[in-house]
Parts: sequence; C-alpha cells; structure tokens
Amino acid sequence: MTALSSYEVPPLERRSLLQHSLTVVWRNLLHIRRMPEMLLDVTIQPIMFVLLFAYVFGGAIHVDGASYREFLLPGIMAQTMVFSAAVVAIGLTNDLEKGIVDRFKSLPMSRWAVLIGRSVSSLIHSSIGIVVMALTGLAVGWRIRNGVIDAVAAFALLVLFGFAMIWLGIWVGSLMRSVEAVQGLVFTVMFPLTFVANTFVPTDNMPTWLRGIAEWNPVSALTGSCRELWGNGPVAPPGSSWPLLHPEVATVAWSVLLTVVFAPLAMTAFRRRSED
Amino acid sequence: MSSAADPRVADVNGAYAVEADRLTKRFGNTLAVDDVSFAVPQGSVVGLLGPNGAGKTTTVRMLTTLSVPTSGTGRVAGHDVRKEPDAVRRSMGLTGQVATVDELLTGRENIRLIGRLYGLPLSYLRTAADRLLEQFSLSDAADRIAKTYSGGMRRRLDLAVSLVAAPPVLFLDEPTTGLDPRSRADLWLLLQDLVRNGTTLLLTTQYLEEADTLADQIVVIDSGRVIASGTPSELKEKAGAARVVVTVSNASDIDGAGAILRRFSSEVQVDEATRRLTAAAGLNEMTQIAQVFADSRIDVDDLGLKRPSLDDVFLHLTGHPAEEQTDESAAGEREVVEALR
Repeated sequence: MTALSSYEVPPLERRSLLQHSLTVVWRNLLHIRRMPEMLLDVTIQPIMFVLLFAYVFGGAIHVDGASYREFLLPGIMAQTMVFSAAVVAIGLTNDLEKGIVDRFKSLPMSRWAVLIGRSVSSLIHSSIGIVVMALTGLAVGWRIRNGVIDAVAAFALLVLFGFAMIWLGIWVGSLMRSVEAVQGLVFTVMFPLTFVANTFVPTDNMPTWLRGIAEWNPVSALTGSCRELWGNGPVAPPGSSWPLLHPEVATVAWSVLLTVVFAPLAMTAFRRRSED
Repeated sequence: MSSAADPRVADVNGAYAVEADRLTKRFGNTLAVDDVSFAVPQGSVVGLLGPNGAGKTTTVRMLTTLSVPTSGTGRVAGHDVRKEPDAVRRSMGLTGQVATVDELLTGRENIRLIGRLYGLPLSYLRTAADRLLEQFSLSDAADRIAKTYSGGMRRRLDLAVSLVAAPPVLFLDEPTTGLDPRSRADLWLLLQDLVRNGTTLLLTTQYLEEADTLADQIVVIDSGRVIASGTPSELKEKAGAARVVVTVSNASDIDGAGAILRRFSSEVQVDEATRRLTAAAGLNEMTQIAQVFADSRIDVDDLGLKRPSLDDVFLHLTGHPAEEQTDESAAGEREVVEALR
C-alpha cells in the first residue's frame, strides 16, 4: 500500500438543502439504474393487472357507456400512485437499516435532505410507472378523449396525490424495522384498500354499506378525476356520494388532508428514529 | 469561505481534539453510558476498550452528533456536539461498526457521493477519488459496485470515504471486527500511516491487541463507566508487576531453586506438582537469576519473564475476561502482532 501523504483539500463549501437533496436524488436514481428490477412494482406488476383485468375479468364486468379497458386504466394508475407510499417506505427502511442514514447524518448536511431526496426520487419512480401504464393502455385501447389541459390536469392530480402518499410512506418507513415488515404491511393493508374503491369495478353494484366506504375512499376520488378528465367512462353512477360527484375537488381535499395528518407524524417519527 | 473560518483548522486551544465531558446516555431505564469523561490530545490515538455492550458505540455516537446525550457533552476540534453539531461534522470522519458503504454504487461513486455532501467541488473529487482508491488498493475495483467487494475491501472503501475531506479527527467504531488477520494487519498499517500524517484517532475495540498496537492511551469501559485509563504499559502495571518463572527438571531441586530466588525476591510461590517457581521480579533480576542457575548444579527446563497482558489487566479490572474468543481467532491476533513488530 502506498503511503497516505498529506495533501491540499479545498475548503468545504456550504451547500443548500436543495443541493444536498439533489445529490441524494442522484444517488437514489443510480440505485434504480443499477437494479432496474426495483421498478417491477410500477411496471410489470401493473401491466399484469391491466392484462388480467382487461382480458380475464373484463368480459364479465359491464360498464355503462365505455369500454372496460378504458374504464380500467385510470384505476390502475391511481393504484400505482397509492403505492408511492410503499416505494418511499421500502427505500427509507432500507437506508435506515443499512446505516446509510447514519452516514448521512454524520455529514455537514441537513437530515431533511435525506427525506426530500427520497420523496423526489420516489415520485420519479412512480411517474415512470405512470408512463409505462399509459403506453400499455394505449396498446390495449385506452384513449384520452378530452383536451390537453384536462389531460395534464389529471396527471397533475396523480402526482399531487402521490405527494400526499409519500408522507404516509415516510411515517411507515420510520416506524418499521425491516423491509420485510413494510412489504407485509403493504400487502395486507394497502393492497385491499385500493380494491375497496371504484378502481376496478363501478360502485353501484356493491352492498350499500360497502359502497359508502368505497366512494369515500380517497382512491375513488382520484380514479374518478382521471376518468372524468380523460373521458374514460362514467364517474358517478346514480346515488353516488359527494366525492364522486366532485372528484377533482375531492382529490385535492383528500391530498391536503392526508398531508396535514401524515406530514407531522412522519417528521416526528423520522426525527425520533434518527436521534438515538 | 475563507480558510480562516474553516472549522477544520479551528483553534482547539492547542490541546484536545476530542473531549468527552461527563457524557451520559439513558435508554429508558438503562444507563448505556454513565458519566464518561476523557480527552484525546491532538495527533494521538485513544482506544476505547471494552466488551460488547459496554457503551463504546453509544459514546462514539454522541461524540459524532448521531445521538443526543441525556446529559454532559462532548467537543470535537473545539466544537460542542450539542451547540455546534454542523461544525463538529465538518471536522470529523466516521467509520461505523458496519461498513456503511452504498452497495449499489461503485467505489468511485461512493467517494464522490460523500465528498459532494461534505461540500467539496466536483473538480477536486475527480482527482481525489482516483488518489484515495489507489492509496487503499482499490483502483482495480474502482468502477465495480461495492456489493461485489470483500469484507476487507468494504472496510478500506469505508475508510477512504471517511477521509475524502481529510478531516483532522477520525472516529473508528470497531474498525477491524469481522476481518481476517491479514486484512486486519493491513488496516492497522493504514491507520498508523494516517496518524503519522497528523490525524487524531478515536477508536473503539474489543480486541486488546488492537488497542495495544494502535493506541497511545487506552480508556477501559465496562457497563457504561470508565473503569481505568492510561497508556498500555501503565495499565499492564496495574495488573501487577512482572514475574520470573522457573521450572526445574527434578523435584529434588525445588528447595534449592527456592533459596536462589529468595535472594532476589521477597515474594516466591512454589507449585510442587509442576515444579514451577514464580518470583516477583523484573528483567534485571532475571538475567542475574539465570546466571546463578547456570553456575549451580540445578537443571532447569524453562526460565523466563512473564509480563501481565492486557487480558490480565481486563480480568483484574472487571473480574471477567474481555471477550470469549475462539482459540483460532486469538491465535490469528497474536500472529498479526508478531508480523507488525
């Protein structure tokens, strides 16, 4: 081994929170490049869902005034955004478990850069999923039938809702001790939650009590917004609850409410987890 | 930013690079660290020695701002860990117990990542990464992801990453745990090189030999408290003086040998069964004793000086051995120490 001679090191520059966060984003995106299978949850899995529902269940599900495949796509996209929470939680738990967060905390940077970087890269992760979904949808017959502004508005609502979900993910990620625990929680809690909604079937055939729950499920408002803005079939069957009658307003309201509830919980949990 | 304001060269009153000032950490009802104080002079090496769970890691975590002390405080390069955590972080590097390299990044990317977060310019990091990788014998693996590295390579990368900003103070939490004897010896040489270049080291270890080899001062911690401190030789003296041990060939000579030893030492123990006599005496006495035995008609199987080891020190101080080791790993350690001398 060669001797470690002393050498000149330039003075340390003070970096902003934004610069530190971008460095963390760069690092997280390198992870996706090195392990593209990390994207399976937002690519192969939803594609499989599209194909299963479009070709296996689709024939048995009747939707008034639209093809089932068009009706289905907004639901799958909403489900993908809900899973942003899982993407964040798994990434964060992994970093906490492997001591990477400790390494970052020992550096002259704000620990919040870890969270901001993780949030941004997770939104990019989920957005890749949305693009893949859109392309798959176009291949099986899904179309955007309204104007550009409406189309963009629907994508914006998806990202807004994803942002709210990130706080839920940070909260869960800070509380859980292993990636396996997070995955368990996702499959037993989040997965069913995205089904008790209008994501895959219209709500008007559900039992009354279940229909109420499904229509007040935030996922339904998001799905409804996309259907309305893209012109992908009926949003509010007769007798629908308020959120389905005003899906865009409901989506914004849900996103704000979820952020207000989960952001403080997430920040407290992360601070507590990263203090000892 | 002017170099005068650079906290890496902060005035530490010329004295201590690291100070622990009555550091205490309580987790629920457990006192993990209890009123721990010590100081590390600039440019020296202090070893925190103690068994698993003694509170070494928690002490380092408090000194490196990862954990907030329940009471007491610490200073690194003159900066208070409670009041100026950012200045502390700019003055130190940390290599944790588990090599915390990013497995999915290459060696080069790991160095760049941490360098960027320290606030070093990219132009500098390009050359610095090459130099560090070479210095740590990682040039060939520079562009492989760290997941493919061996344990020793990960440790070296971890250390290289910690040194990218050339911090004046380096914290090493059990730097060689889990390494084979060869990699451990390599790492020791690297650390000794760093110290020669002026870096202050605070390292924790449960290997007595490691503390003995690297540290100028040893602080012994057990159950969260400092139970002794001093240079390795001072600590060894605490465990008792050196002894001359003689084994005679014939049991009939035991009395004669005892008489010789009593001329040099007031304290002689005799073990009839093994024909071994032990006298409290040092190196000077031993040469004289050897001469007398050579001149006498007494046949001697073995004659030698026995100094207390740090193992004896630990047993003496705590009433329990430092760490149960397999014979193999203990043998490996001895081998390394021999190799270094």
